[in-house]
Amino acid sequence: MAVIRDMMPAFELFQPATVEDAAALLREHGEQAWVMAGGLDSFDWFKDRVKRPSVVVDLGGVDALKGIESTADGLEIGAMTPLTDVVRHPDIRERYGLLQQAAELVASPQIRNQGTIGGNNSQDTRCWYYRDGWTCYRADGNICYADTPTSMNREHAIFGADRCVAVNPSDTAPALVALDAQMVVQTAGGERLMDAADYFIGPSIDITRMTILEPGDLLTAIRIPSTWAGATFYFEKVRDRQVWDFPLVNVATALRVSGSTIEDARVAVNGVAPYPMRLTAVEDALRGGSRDEATAERAGDLAVRGARALRHNGYKIPLMRNLVKRSIRAEA
Amino acid sequence: MADIEITEAADPGVSRRNFIKGVIAAGAAVGSANYMFRGAGSMFAQATTPGAVERLITITVNGQQRRVDIMRQETLATTLRYKLGLTGTKIGCDRSECGACTVLIDEVPHYACSILTHSVRGRSVRTIEGLAAEDGTLHPVQQAVVSEQGFQCAFCMSGYVMAAVGYLQDNPNPTRADLAHGLSGNLCRCADYNKILNTMEQAAENMRQA
Repeated sequence: MAVIRDMMPAFELFQPATVEDAAALLREHGEQAWVMAGGLDSFDWFKDRVKRPSVVVDLGGVDALKGIESTADGLEIGAMTPLTDVVRHPDIRERYGLLQQAAELVASPQIRNQGTIGGNNSQDTRCWYYRDGWTCYRADGNICYADTPTSMNREHAIFGADRCVAVNPSDTAPALVALDAQMVVQTAGGERLMDAADYFIGPSIDITRMTILEPGDLLTAIRIPSTWAGATFYFEKVRDRQVWDFPLVNVATALRVSGSTIEDARVAVNGVAPYPMRLTAVEDALRGGSRDEATAERAGDLAVRGARALRHNGYKIPLMRNLVKRSIRAEA
Repeated sequence: MADIEITEAADPGVSRRNFIKGVIAAGAAVGSANYMFRGAGSMFAQATTPGAVERLITITVNGQQRRVDIMRQETLATTLRYKLGLTGTKIGCDRSECGACTVLIDEVPHYACSILTHSVRGRSVRTIEGLAAEDGTLHPVQQAVVSEQGFQCAFCMSGYVMAAVGYLQDNPNPTRADLAHGLSGNLCRCADYNKILNTMEQAAENMRQA
Protein backbone atom coordinates (compact mmCIF):
# COMPACT_ATOMS: atom_id res chain seq x y z
CA MET A 1 0.00 0.00 0.00
CA ALA A 2 2.85 2.26 0.68
CA VAL A 3 3.58 4.59 -2.16
CA ILE A 4 6.79 6.53 -1.88
CA ARG A 5 6.51 10.17 -2.78
CA ASP A 6 9.11 12.83 -2.38
CA MET A 7 8.21 14.31 0.96
CA MET A 8 5.45 14.73 3.49
CA PRO A 9 3.25 17.78 2.88
CA ALA A 10 4.36 20.78 4.90
CA PHE A 11 3.15 21.47 8.42
CA GLU A 12 4.13 23.84 11.16
CA LEU A 13 6.13 21.95 13.78
CA PHE A 14 6.31 22.65 17.50
CA GLN A 15 8.56 20.73 19.86
CA PRO A 16 7.64 22.01 23.32
CA ALA A 17 9.77 21.07 26.32
CA THR A 18 7.09 21.11 28.99
CA VAL A 19 3.57 19.79 29.40
CA GLU A 20 2.35 23.35 30.01
CA ASP A 21 3.79 24.59 26.71
CA ALA A 22 2.33 21.58 24.90
CA ALA A 23 -1.08 22.17 26.44
CA ALA A 24 -0.93 25.88 25.55
CA LEU A 25 -0.09 25.03 21.93
CA LEU A 26 -2.95 22.56 21.73
CA ARG A 27 -5.37 25.11 23.16
CA GLU A 28 -4.14 27.73 20.71
CA HIS A 29 -4.43 25.56 17.62
CA GLY A 30 -7.47 23.50 18.60
CA GLU A 31 -8.62 21.09 15.93
CA GLN A 32 -5.79 22.11 13.57
CA ALA A 33 -3.24 20.56 15.91
CA TRP A 34 -2.03 16.98 15.66
CA VAL A 35 -0.47 15.47 18.77
CA MET A 36 2.55 13.36 17.87
CA ALA A 37 4.19 10.84 20.22
CA GLY A 38 6.68 8.42 18.63
CA GLY A 39 5.33 9.42 15.20
CA LEU A 40 5.03 5.91 13.75
CA ASP A 41 1.26 6.11 13.28
CA SER A 42 1.38 9.84 12.44
CA PHE A 43 3.90 9.62 9.60
CA ASP A 44 1.83 6.97 7.78
CA TRP A 45 -1.11 9.35 7.73
CA PHE A 46 1.01 12.30 6.63
CA LYS A 47 2.95 10.42 3.95
CA ASP A 48 -0.26 9.02 2.47
CA ARG A 49 -1.73 12.55 2.54
CA VAL A 50 -4.87 11.21 4.15
CA LYS A 51 -4.56 13.40 7.23
CA ARG A 52 -3.02 16.81 6.65
CA PRO A 53 -2.83 18.77 9.87
CA SER A 54 -1.45 22.29 9.58
CA VAL A 55 0.19 22.11 13.01
CA VAL A 56 2.06 19.17 14.56
CA VAL A 57 2.87 19.26 18.26
CA ASP A 58 5.68 16.75 18.82
CA LEU A 59 5.85 15.62 22.46
CA GLY A 60 9.29 14.02 21.99
CA GLY A 61 11.03 16.84 23.84
CA VAL A 62 8.84 16.75 26.93
CA ASP A 63 11.09 14.92 29.38
CA ALA A 64 8.51 15.06 32.16
CA LEU A 65 6.39 12.60 30.18
CA LYS A 66 9.16 9.99 30.03
CA GLY A 67 10.16 7.44 32.64
CA ILE A 68 8.76 4.85 35.00
CA GLU A 69 8.41 5.61 38.70
CA SER A 70 7.33 3.60 41.70
CA THR A 71 4.39 5.08 43.54
CA ALA A 72 2.83 4.30 46.92
CA ASP A 73 0.53 1.87 45.14
CA GLY A 74 2.29 0.47 42.11
CA LEU A 75 3.87 2.22 39.15
CA GLU A 76 3.42 5.34 37.09
CA ILE A 77 4.58 5.18 33.47
CA GLY A 78 5.01 8.45 31.58
CA ALA A 79 2.99 8.44 28.36
CA MET A 80 6.10 9.15 26.25
CA THR A 81 8.10 6.23 27.65
CA PRO A 82 9.33 4.06 24.75
CA LEU A 83 8.01 0.49 24.71
CA THR A 84 11.57 -0.84 24.95
CA ASP A 85 11.93 0.87 28.33
CA VAL A 86 8.66 -0.70 29.46
CA VAL A 87 9.89 -4.13 28.39
CA ARG A 88 13.23 -3.74 30.17
CA HIS A 89 12.03 -2.22 33.41
CA PRO A 90 12.88 -4.68 36.21
CA ASP A 91 9.74 -4.00 38.25
CA ILE A 92 7.49 -4.45 35.23
CA ARG A 93 9.25 -7.70 34.30
CA GLU A 94 9.00 -9.03 37.83
CA ARG A 95 5.57 -7.92 39.00
CA TYR A 96 3.59 -6.86 35.93
CA GLY A 97 4.87 -9.37 33.41
CA LEU A 98 1.59 -9.17 31.49
CA LEU A 99 2.48 -5.67 30.29
CA GLN A 100 6.06 -6.66 29.54
CA GLN A 101 4.91 -9.58 27.39
CA ALA A 102 2.39 -7.42 25.54
CA ALA A 103 4.87 -4.60 24.91
CA GLU A 104 7.54 -7.01 23.67
CA LEU A 105 5.19 -8.32 20.98
CA VAL A 106 4.50 -4.89 19.49
CA ALA A 107 5.81 -4.41 15.95
CA SER A 108 9.62 -4.56 15.58
CA PRO A 109 12.64 -3.68 17.79
CA GLN A 110 13.21 -0.31 16.09
CA ILE A 111 9.54 0.60 16.46
CA ARG A 112 9.61 -0.37 20.14
CA ASN A 113 12.67 1.85 20.57
CA GLN A 114 10.71 4.85 19.32
CA GLY A 115 7.04 4.01 19.80
CA THR A 116 5.64 5.00 23.17
CA ILE A 117 3.23 3.39 25.61
CA GLY A 118 0.93 6.41 25.27
CA GLY A 119 1.05 6.29 21.49
CA ASN A 120 0.48 2.55 21.38
CA ASN A 121 -2.71 3.08 23.38
CA SER A 122 -3.87 6.13 21.43
CA GLN A 123 -3.13 4.92 17.88
CA ASP A 124 -5.81 4.92 15.25
CA THR A 125 -7.42 1.82 13.78
CA ARG A 126 -5.83 -0.12 10.92
CA CYS A 127 -8.98 -0.52 8.77
CA TRP A 128 -7.47 -0.05 5.32
CA TYR A 129 -10.52 1.51 3.74
CA TYR A 130 -10.26 4.23 6.36
CA ARG A 131 -6.47 4.48 6.19
CA ASP A 132 -6.56 4.70 2.42
CA GLY A 133 -8.59 7.87 2.73
CA TRP A 134 -12.06 6.58 1.83
CA THR A 135 -14.70 8.89 3.24
CA CYS A 136 -16.32 6.37 5.54
CA TYR A 137 -18.28 7.03 8.72
CA ARG A 138 -15.05 7.37 10.69
CA ALA A 139 -13.84 9.98 8.21
CA ASP A 140 -17.07 12.02 8.43
CA GLY A 141 -18.68 10.16 5.53
CA ASN A 142 -21.89 8.21 5.34
CA ILE A 143 -20.97 4.57 4.66
CA CYS A 144 -18.79 1.78 5.98
CA TYR A 145 -16.79 0.33 3.09
CA ALA A 146 -15.72 -2.63 5.22
CA ASP A 147 -19.26 -3.81 5.84
CA THR A 148 -20.75 -4.40 2.40
CA PRO A 149 -21.33 -7.77 0.68
CA THR A 150 -18.08 -7.44 -1.26
CA SER A 151 -15.89 -5.90 1.45
CA MET A 152 -12.58 -7.41 2.46
CA ASN A 153 -13.10 -7.49 6.21
CA ARG A 154 -10.97 -10.34 7.49
CA GLU A 155 -9.39 -8.14 10.19
CA HIS A 156 -12.56 -6.41 11.34
CA ALA A 157 -14.85 -6.55 14.36
CA ILE A 158 -17.00 -9.34 15.75
CA PHE A 159 -18.18 -7.22 18.69
CA GLY A 160 -19.15 -3.61 19.33
CA ALA A 161 -19.65 -2.58 15.71
CA ASP A 162 -21.93 0.40 15.21
CA ARG A 163 -21.93 1.50 11.55
CA CYS A 164 -18.07 1.31 11.68
CA VAL A 165 -16.60 -2.22 11.99
CA ALA A 166 -12.95 -1.28 12.63
CA VAL A 167 -11.02 -2.70 15.59
CA ASN A 168 -8.51 -1.37 18.09
CA PRO A 169 -5.03 -2.66 17.12
CA SER A 170 -3.12 -2.13 20.37
CA ASP A 171 -1.28 -4.95 22.16
CA THR A 172 -0.61 -3.10 25.40
CA ALA A 173 -4.21 -1.84 25.75
CA PRO A 174 -5.75 -5.17 26.83
CA ALA A 175 -2.83 -5.73 29.23
CA LEU A 176 -3.50 -2.35 30.84
CA VAL A 177 -7.23 -3.11 31.07
CA ALA A 178 -6.49 -6.46 32.71
CA LEU A 179 -4.12 -4.81 35.21
CA ASP A 180 -6.81 -2.26 36.24
CA ALA A 181 -4.54 0.55 35.03
CA GLN A 182 -5.65 4.16 35.16
CA MET A 183 -5.01 6.82 32.55
CA VAL A 184 -4.01 10.34 33.55
CA VAL A 185 -5.41 12.84 31.06
CA GLN A 186 -4.65 16.55 30.97
CA THR A 187 -7.69 18.49 29.81
CA ALA A 188 -8.52 22.19 29.61
CA GLY A 189 -10.45 21.75 32.86
CA GLY A 190 -7.53 20.11 34.68
CA GLU A 191 -6.30 16.59 35.27
CA ARG A 192 -8.69 13.66 34.86
CA LEU A 193 -8.11 10.15 36.06
CA MET A 194 -9.98 7.28 34.44
CA ASP A 195 -9.94 3.51 34.22
CA ALA A 196 -8.12 2.21 31.16
CA ALA A 197 -11.36 0.53 30.08
CA ASP A 198 -13.06 3.95 29.93
CA TYR A 199 -10.21 5.57 27.98
CA PHE A 200 -11.10 3.59 24.86
CA ILE A 201 -14.38 4.38 23.17
CA GLY A 202 -16.41 2.76 20.43
CA PRO A 203 -18.26 4.26 17.47
CA SER A 204 -21.50 4.44 19.46
CA ILE A 205 -19.86 7.15 21.60
CA ASP A 206 -17.86 8.91 18.87
CA ILE A 207 -17.32 7.30 15.51
CA THR A 208 -14.32 9.50 14.61
CA ARG A 209 -12.16 8.75 17.66
CA MET A 210 -10.66 5.65 19.27
CA THR A 211 -10.06 7.22 22.68
CA ILE A 212 -11.77 9.67 24.97
CA LEU A 213 -9.16 12.33 24.11
CA GLU A 214 -10.72 15.40 22.53
CA PRO A 215 -8.75 18.05 20.67
CA GLY A 216 -6.55 19.78 23.24
CA ASP A 217 -6.41 16.80 25.62
CA LEU A 218 -3.19 14.98 26.46
CA LEU A 219 -2.59 11.53 27.88
CA THR A 220 0.26 12.22 30.32
CA ALA A 221 0.73 9.02 32.30
CA ILE A 222 -0.52 5.52 32.97
CA ARG A 223 -0.80 4.29 36.56
CA ILE A 224 -0.68 0.61 37.36
CA PRO A 225 -1.96 -0.27 40.82
CA SER A 226 -0.40 -3.13 42.76
CA THR A 227 -3.74 -4.99 42.71
CA TRP A 228 -2.47 -7.57 40.22
CA ALA A 229 1.24 -7.45 41.00
CA GLY A 230 2.78 -10.87 40.76
CA ALA A 231 -0.46 -12.54 39.64
CA THR A 232 -0.56 -15.44 37.20
CA PHE A 233 -0.42 -13.84 33.76
CA TYR A 234 -1.04 -15.01 30.24
CA PHE A 235 -0.64 -12.96 27.08
CA GLU A 236 -0.92 -14.29 23.57
CA LYS A 237 -1.02 -12.50 20.28
CA VAL A 238 -2.03 -14.16 17.02
CA ARG A 239 -0.96 -12.39 13.85
CA ASP A 240 -0.28 -13.27 10.23
CA ARG A 241 3.51 -13.05 10.62
CA GLN A 242 5.56 -13.26 13.75
CA VAL A 243 6.98 -9.77 13.68
CA TRP A 244 5.79 -6.27 12.80
CA ASP A 245 2.17 -7.28 12.44
CA PHE A 246 -0.86 -6.03 14.32
CA PRO A 247 -2.89 -8.63 16.19
CA LEU A 248 -5.73 -10.52 14.56
CA VAL A 249 -6.75 -11.32 18.13
CA ASN A 250 -4.80 -11.01 21.36
CA VAL A 251 -5.69 -11.96 24.93
CA ALA A 252 -4.46 -10.66 28.27
CA THR A 253 -5.42 -12.61 31.38
CA ALA A 254 -4.53 -12.10 35.04
CA LEU A 255 -5.50 -14.75 37.58
CA ARG A 256 -5.24 -14.95 41.35
CA VAL A 257 -5.04 -18.65 42.03
CA SER A 258 -5.01 -20.30 45.41
CA GLY A 259 -4.34 -24.03 45.22
CA SER A 260 -6.48 -24.90 42.24
CA THR A 261 -9.15 -22.30 42.96
CA ILE A 262 -9.39 -19.12 40.92
CA GLU A 263 -9.98 -16.37 43.48
CA ASP A 264 -10.21 -13.50 41.04
CA ALA A 265 -9.63 -12.90 37.34
CA ARG A 266 -9.27 -10.25 34.67
CA VAL A 267 -9.63 -11.17 31.02
CA ALA A 268 -9.29 -8.64 28.19
CA VAL A 269 -9.20 -9.22 24.45
CA ASN A 270 -8.27 -6.91 21.60
CA GLY A 271 -8.53 -7.03 17.83
CA VAL A 272 -12.19 -8.09 18.02
CA ALA A 273 -13.94 -4.79 18.80
CA PRO A 274 -13.38 -1.04 18.35
CA TYR A 275 -11.94 -1.02 21.87
CA PRO A 276 -10.09 -3.54 24.07
CA MET A 277 -12.86 -5.68 25.53
CA ARG A 278 -12.88 -6.60 29.18
CA LEU A 279 -14.82 -9.84 29.50
CA THR A 280 -16.62 -9.31 32.80
CA ALA A 281 -19.04 -12.21 32.26
CA VAL A 282 -16.07 -14.54 31.89
CA GLU A 283 -14.42 -13.09 34.99
CA ASP A 284 -17.60 -13.61 37.03
CA ALA A 285 -17.81 -17.21 35.87
CA LEU A 286 -14.18 -17.86 36.75
CA ARG A 287 -14.29 -16.41 40.24
CA GLY A 288 -14.41 -19.23 42.79
CA GLY A 289 -14.09 -21.92 40.14
CA SER A 290 -11.28 -24.41 39.92
CA ARG A 291 -8.60 -23.94 37.33
CA ASP A 292 -9.25 -26.90 35.10
CA GLU A 293 -10.23 -27.87 31.57
CA ALA A 294 -13.99 -27.61 32.21
CA THR A 295 -13.68 -24.06 33.58
CA ALA A 296 -11.47 -23.03 30.70
CA GLU A 297 -13.93 -24.51 28.23
CA ARG A 298 -16.83 -22.65 29.81
CA ALA A 299 -14.84 -19.40 29.86
CA GLY A 300 -14.08 -19.72 26.15
CA ASP A 301 -17.73 -20.36 25.28
CA LEU A 302 -18.88 -17.41 27.40
CA ALA A 303 -16.28 -15.12 25.86
CA VAL A 304 -17.71 -15.32 22.35
CA ARG A 305 -21.38 -15.24 23.30
CA GLY A 306 -23.02 -12.53 21.21
CA ALA A 307 -20.23 -12.36 18.64
CA ARG A 308 -21.38 -11.45 15.14
CA ALA A 309 -19.11 -12.28 12.24
CA LEU A 310 -18.81 -10.34 9.01
CA ARG A 311 -18.32 -12.13 5.73
CA HIS A 312 -14.59 -12.89 6.07
CA ASN A 313 -13.83 -12.77 9.79
CA GLY A 314 -15.80 -15.73 11.10
CA TYR A 315 -12.49 -17.40 12.08
CA LYS A 316 -12.10 -14.80 14.81
CA ILE A 317 -14.86 -16.43 16.87
CA PRO A 318 -13.13 -19.81 17.40
CA LEU A 319 -9.78 -17.99 17.60
CA MET A 320 -10.98 -15.78 20.44
CA ARG A 321 -12.72 -18.70 22.15
CA ASN A 322 -9.57 -20.80 22.07
CA LEU A 323 -7.28 -17.97 23.16
CA VAL A 324 -9.45 -17.24 26.21
CA LYS A 325 -9.62 -20.96 26.97
CA ARG A 326 -5.86 -21.34 26.67
CA SER A 327 -5.24 -18.32 28.87
CA ILE A 328 -7.19 -19.92 31.72
CA ARG A 329 -5.81 -23.43 31.57
CA ALA A 330 -2.19 -22.58 30.90
CA GLU A 331 0.24 -23.49 33.62
CA ALA A 332 2.19 -20.51 34.92
CA MET B 1 31.73 88.28 -2.50
CA ALA B 2 34.84 86.81 -4.07
CA ASP B 3 35.95 85.30 -0.76
CA ILE B 4 33.05 82.88 -0.62
CA GLU B 5 34.16 79.47 -1.91
CA ILE B 6 31.51 77.00 -2.93
CA THR B 7 32.43 73.33 -2.94
CA GLU B 8 30.31 70.44 -4.09
CA ALA B 9 30.75 68.20 -1.07
CA ALA B 10 31.91 69.14 2.40
CA ASP B 11 33.34 65.67 3.13
CA PRO B 12 35.14 64.08 0.18
CA GLY B 13 34.63 60.62 1.77
CA VAL B 14 30.85 60.64 1.30
CA SER B 15 29.57 61.05 -2.22
CA ARG B 16 25.90 60.78 -3.05
CA ARG B 17 26.51 57.45 -4.79
CA ASN B 18 28.48 55.99 -1.92
CA PHE B 19 25.90 57.16 0.57
CA ILE B 20 23.13 55.28 -1.25
CA LYS B 21 25.28 52.13 -1.52
CA GLY B 22 25.92 52.37 2.20
CA VAL B 23 22.24 52.49 3.03
CA ILE B 24 21.60 49.38 0.93
CA ALA B 25 24.46 47.47 2.53
CA ALA B 26 23.36 48.40 6.03
CA GLY B 27 19.87 47.19 5.27
CA ALA B 28 21.21 43.90 4.00
CA ALA B 29 23.36 43.48 7.08
CA VAL B 30 20.43 44.07 9.41
CA GLY B 31 18.27 41.75 7.35
CA SER B 32 20.70 38.85 7.27
CA ALA B 33 21.58 39.27 10.92
CA ASN B 34 17.94 38.77 11.67
CA TYR B 35 18.03 35.62 9.57
CA MET B 36 21.28 34.20 10.86
CA PHE B 37 20.92 34.85 14.55
CA ARG B 38 17.29 33.96 15.09
CA GLY B 39 16.88 31.83 18.15
CA ALA B 40 20.44 32.45 19.26
CA GLY B 41 19.26 34.96 21.81
CA SER B 42 20.54 37.94 19.85
CA MET B 43 18.98 41.38 20.05
CA PHE B 44 17.36 40.71 16.70
CA ALA B 45 15.44 37.67 17.85
CA GLN B 46 11.71 38.05 17.86
CA ALA B 47 9.63 36.67 20.70
CA THR B 48 8.80 33.15 19.47
CA THR B 49 6.23 30.63 20.60
CA PRO B 50 7.69 28.06 22.99
CA GLY B 51 8.54 24.95 21.01
CA ALA B 52 8.85 26.74 17.66
CA VAL B 53 11.64 25.26 15.53
CA GLU B 54 14.29 26.85 13.30
CA ARG B 55 15.24 26.08 9.71
CA LEU B 56 18.97 26.04 10.32
CA ILE B 57 19.99 23.53 12.93
CA THR B 58 23.10 21.63 13.95
CA ILE B 59 22.99 17.87 14.29
CA THR B 60 25.70 15.46 15.35
CA VAL B 61 26.36 12.80 12.73
CA ASN B 62 29.19 10.30 13.10
CA GLY B 63 30.83 12.53 15.69
CA GLN B 64 30.78 15.64 13.49
CA GLN B 65 28.68 18.74 14.01
CA ARG B 66 26.77 19.24 10.77
CA ARG B 67 24.87 22.45 10.05
CA VAL B 68 21.80 21.76 7.92
CA ASP B 69 18.94 23.74 6.45
CA ILE B 70 15.87 21.57 6.84
CA MET B 71 12.14 21.61 6.44
CA ARG B 72 9.76 20.98 9.33
CA GLN B 73 8.52 17.73 7.85
CA GLU B 74 11.91 16.42 6.74
CA THR B 75 12.86 12.93 7.88
CA LEU B 76 16.33 12.02 9.06
CA ALA B 77 16.76 9.62 6.13
CA THR B 78 16.20 12.47 3.66
CA THR B 79 18.62 14.77 5.47
CA LEU B 80 21.32 12.11 5.68
CA ARG B 81 21.08 11.08 2.06
CA TYR B 82 20.22 14.26 0.22
CA LYS B 83 21.64 17.03 2.39
CA LEU B 84 24.72 15.37 3.90
CA GLY B 85 25.51 12.91 1.12
CA LEU B 86 25.54 9.92 3.47
CA THR B 87 23.94 7.55 0.99
CA GLY B 88 24.94 4.41 2.88
CA THR B 89 21.59 4.76 4.65
CA LYS B 90 19.02 3.33 2.23
CA ILE B 91 15.36 4.18 1.88
CA GLY B 92 13.41 1.02 1.15
CA CYS B 93 9.75 1.42 2.06
CA ASP B 94 9.75 4.85 3.72
CA ARG B 95 7.10 3.42 6.11
CA SER B 96 9.05 1.77 8.97
CA GLU B 97 8.26 -1.58 7.36
CA CYS B 98 11.61 -2.79 6.02
CA GLY B 99 14.53 -1.58 8.15
CA ALA B 100 16.86 -0.51 5.31
CA CYS B 101 17.17 2.99 6.78
CA THR B 102 18.18 1.83 10.28
CA VAL B 103 20.65 4.17 12.00
CA LEU B 104 21.75 4.52 15.59
CA ILE B 105 20.46 7.48 17.57
CA ASP B 106 22.29 7.67 20.89
CA GLU B 107 23.42 4.11 20.03
CA VAL B 108 19.81 2.83 19.79
CA PRO B 109 18.52 1.54 16.42
CA HIS B 110 15.81 3.69 14.83
CA TYR B 111 14.23 3.86 11.38
CA ALA B 112 15.63 7.07 9.85
CA CYS B 113 12.64 7.26 7.49
CA SER B 114 10.30 7.63 10.42
CA ILE B 115 11.86 10.25 12.63
CA LEU B 116 12.00 13.97 11.97
CA THR B 117 15.45 15.48 11.61
CA HIS B 118 14.25 18.10 14.09
CA SER B 119 13.91 15.30 16.66
CA VAL B 120 17.61 14.42 16.64
CA ARG B 121 18.88 17.84 17.71
CA GLY B 122 21.05 17.31 20.76
CA ARG B 123 21.30 13.58 20.08
CA SER B 124 24.09 11.64 18.41
CA VAL B 125 23.42 9.95 15.06
CA ARG B 126 25.62 7.13 13.77
CA THR B 127 25.31 5.79 10.23
CA ILE B 128 27.15 3.01 8.39
CA GLU B 129 29.73 5.62 7.29
CA GLY B 130 30.61 6.18 10.94
CA LEU B 131 31.41 2.57 11.82
CA ALA B 132 34.94 2.01 10.52
CA ALA B 133 37.89 3.43 12.47
CA GLU B 134 39.76 6.54 11.26
CA ASP B 135 42.49 4.38 9.73
CA GLY B 136 39.92 2.39 7.74
CA THR B 137 39.82 -0.65 10.00
CA LEU B 138 36.36 -2.14 9.66
CA HIS B 139 33.97 -2.50 12.57
CA PRO B 140 33.74 -6.12 13.82
CA VAL B 141 30.23 -6.41 12.35
CA GLN B 142 31.44 -5.11 8.97
CA GLN B 143 34.33 -7.56 9.12
CA ALA B 144 31.88 -10.41 9.65
CA VAL B 145 29.90 -9.28 6.59
CA VAL B 146 33.07 -9.46 4.50
CA SER B 147 34.30 -12.78 5.87
CA GLU B 148 30.91 -14.54 5.82
CA GLN B 149 29.61 -12.92 2.61
CA GLY B 150 26.22 -12.77 4.28
CA PHE B 151 24.35 -10.66 1.79
CA GLN B 152 23.24 -11.22 -1.76
CA CYS B 153 22.22 -7.88 -3.27
CA ALA B 154 22.99 -6.09 0.02
CA PHE B 155 20.50 -3.25 -0.32
CA CYS B 156 19.33 -4.13 3.18
CA MET B 157 22.89 -4.60 4.44
CA SER B 158 23.61 -1.22 5.98
CA GLY B 159 20.32 -1.31 7.89
CA TYR B 160 21.08 -4.82 9.12
CA VAL B 161 24.59 -3.86 10.16
CA MET B 162 23.37 -0.84 12.13
CA ALA B 163 20.60 -2.86 13.80
CA ALA B 164 23.16 -5.55 14.67
CA VAL B 165 25.66 -3.06 16.10
CA GLY B 166 22.91 -1.56 18.29
CA TYR B 167 21.68 -4.98 19.36
CA LEU B 168 25.08 -6.55 20.05
CA GLN B 169 26.24 -3.60 22.14
CA ASP B 170 23.41 -4.42 24.56
CA ASN B 171 23.42 -8.21 24.10
CA PRO B 172 26.97 -9.47 23.58
CA ASN B 173 26.12 -13.19 23.96
CA PRO B 174 22.99 -13.87 21.93
CA THR B 175 21.79 -17.28 20.79
CA ARG B 176 20.78 -17.63 17.17
CA ALA B 177 17.13 -17.28 18.23
CA ASP B 178 17.95 -14.14 20.23
CA LEU B 179 19.67 -12.69 17.16
CA ALA B 180 16.67 -13.48 14.98
CA HIS B 181 14.44 -11.66 17.48
CA GLY B 182 16.86 -8.75 17.88
CA LEU B 183 17.17 -8.27 14.12
CA SER B 184 13.50 -8.91 13.37
CA GLY B 185 12.99 -5.24 12.48
CA ASN B 186 14.84 -5.69 9.17
CA LEU B 187 13.75 -7.43 6.00
CA CYS B 188 15.84 -8.99 3.24
CA ARG B 189 14.11 -9.33 -0.09
CA CYS B 190 16.63 -11.91 -1.26
CA ALA B 191 15.46 -13.95 1.77
CA ASP B 192 19.07 -14.52 2.72
CA TYR B 193 18.16 -14.84 6.38
CA ASN B 194 20.19 -17.93 7.20
CA LYS B 195 23.38 -16.44 5.87
CA ILE B 196 22.62 -13.14 7.57
CA LEU B 197 22.25 -14.94 10.89
CA ASN B 198 25.53 -16.82 10.27
CA THR B 199 27.14 -13.45 9.62
CA MET B 200 25.72 -11.89 12.75
CA GLU B 201 26.79 -14.86 14.89
CA GLN B 202 30.29 -14.26 13.56
CA ALA B 203 29.81 -10.54 14.22
CA ALA B 204 28.94 -11.24 17.85
CA GLU B 205 32.08 -13.38 18.11
CA ASN B 206 34.18 -10.61 16.52
CA MET B 207 32.75 -8.03 18.90
CA ARG B 208 33.46 -10.19 21.94
CA GLN B 209 37.08 -10.54 20.86
CA ALA B 210 37.54 -6.90 19.89
